[in-house]
Amino acid sequence: MNFQAVKAIYFFEMARFFRTLLQSFVSPVISTSLYFVVFGTAIGSRIQEVEGISYGAFIVPGLIMLSVMTQATSNGSFGIYFPKFIGTIYELLSAPISYFEIILGYVGAAATKALFIGLVILATAAIFVDLKIMHPVAMILFLVLTCISFSLLGFILGIWARNFEQLQLVPLLVVTPLVFLGGSFYSVSMLPPIWQTITLFNPVVYLVSGFRWSFFGNADVPILVSLLAISSFTIVCITIVAWIFNTGWRIKQ
Amino acid sequence: MLLEVNELRKTYATGFEALKGISLKVNKGEILALLGPNGAGKTSLISTICGITNPSSGSVVIDGYDISKNFRDARKLVGLVPQDITLEPFEKVANTINFSRGLFGKKKDDALTEKILTKLALWDKRDSRLMELSGGMKRRVLIAKALIHEPRLLFLDEPTASVDVELRQSMWNVVADLKKDGVTIILTTHYIEEAEAIADRVGIMNKGELLLVEEKTSLMQKFGQKILNIELQKRLNQLPKEFSKENVKLSDDGLTLTYIYDTKQKKTGITKLLSNLSNSGINLRDIQTDQSSLEEIFVNLVKEKVE
Repeated sequence: MNFQAVKAIYFFEMARFFRTLLQSFVSPVISTSLYFVVFGTAIGSRIQEVEGISYGAFIVPGLIMLSVMTQATSNGSFGIYFPKFIGTIYELLSAPISYFEIILGYVGAAATKALFIGLVILATAAIFVDLKIMHPVAMILFLVLTCISFSLLGFILGIWARNFEQLQLVPLLVVTPLVFLGGSFYSVSMLPPIWQTITLFNPVVYLVSGFRWSFFGNADVPILVSLLAISSFTIVCITIVAWIFNTGWRIKQ
Repeated sequence: MLLEVNELRKTYATGFEALKGISLKVNKGEILALLGPNGAGKTSLISTICGITNPSSGSVVIDGYDISKNFRDARKLVGLVPQDITLEPFEKVANTINFSRGLFGKKKDDALTEKILTKLALWDKRDSRLMELSGGMKRRVLIAKALIHEPRLLFLDEPTASVDVELRQSMWNVVADLKKDGVTIILTTHYIEEAEAIADRVGIMNKGELLLVEEKTSLMQKFGQKILNIELQKRLNQLPKEFSKENVKLSDDGLTLTYIYDTKQKKTGITKLLSNLSNSGINLRDIQTDQSSLEEIFVNLVKEKVE
């Protein structure tokens, strides 16, 4: 195991994050605050409570998931796409590193950044609403697994993308809509019956539901199903990444 | 033997055959220059040896380590300076060099960083961002990145492409120093003069094939034709008949005879020619010989293969 190489990639990527710390830190704080102003105050004043929880508190897990998923995907994709785009990927491919170590470095850094942003949003939310976390261990588990799996998804997209447009395509047109339609800002039970069934095909529902359960003990779907969903998604992503490196798809043509 | 390439083939997904069964052996401490036109397969060969592209078939062994089975041990020995300037624009010089060293599993070594950066005249630029550097400096940063893990086999893919004469000379000096340190160097180049100036052996590639690999001096001897230029005391209106069968030509101004001969032959025919000239009463003013350059050899060789 070439730990030194993993460390080199990880800290090189983290340095990029810290170079733009203001943007990395201030941006989620401002957008979270805006969500609270718009959703919490404007809409929340009409909804009051969802499943016995104040609407402001109810949207916190969804809000965190929204940012974590989009940030993990874009950080994961950019991390590997950038060396591919400017050509510095030759260094990775000619160095004595295994694919596993490359992934560990890039996905580890992308997941750390997403986790950091998730925690910043949690801290910001705590200023606006009274938050209690019922299952903190499960909350951390869900958060970390989501960060890792979506960073892996991003990594796959970064390898797949041939240009910046493709790089933005999936986060903008797939991930964000799925998160918005995945019960981030509402309970699935609030939907008409037909939409309740359709929404179960949205994988994000299981993640948001499980994450919300770790806060309030309420879930749209059983917690074990949520755990199974996030674990399966992680395994699928790992399998695809392993296939990419074994075949050299879009890297070692 | 440091590098052994056996029957290496690379066919791209498009069906393009970049390498058509290349076999090559490179000794420790030597400098091999690979010459060839664009698309000859020089970069494909380097990329495949270094692990950037997967070979279609064949094997590569570096100091006893197979590049597929023992990729870690094999790659630890190799440094690569790519053809294109590929650097992260916002990074600082020292950071990007330490990153490269880290990829090879080695901890930061400030003394070595200083030594290499000083040698490449980059030490005062260590805290500059890469986008602030000139093209020549960037190319030297690439060399520093390739040297920072102390490789035993260094690939330089067109190191002096589009650099000025002064920088080219300084690159040659760097290469000479590396050779003194025992580093084996394989470089690709378009500039024949570069191969002539620094290489021990020259390999000529064309259309995915390695046409030959020869000692530079023996290559020049083997393929080298020499030209004898004879300046005459008096103008000749036409070439005397007795010389017309020989490889002799008269210049348009009638003042110079040129005789092309082959140094490989036992008899070059110079004595006979000079004696015949004397017998014909033609007086000479001066005599010069020119050796054909690697460039001419290269052009002739590629032309022969095409024909």
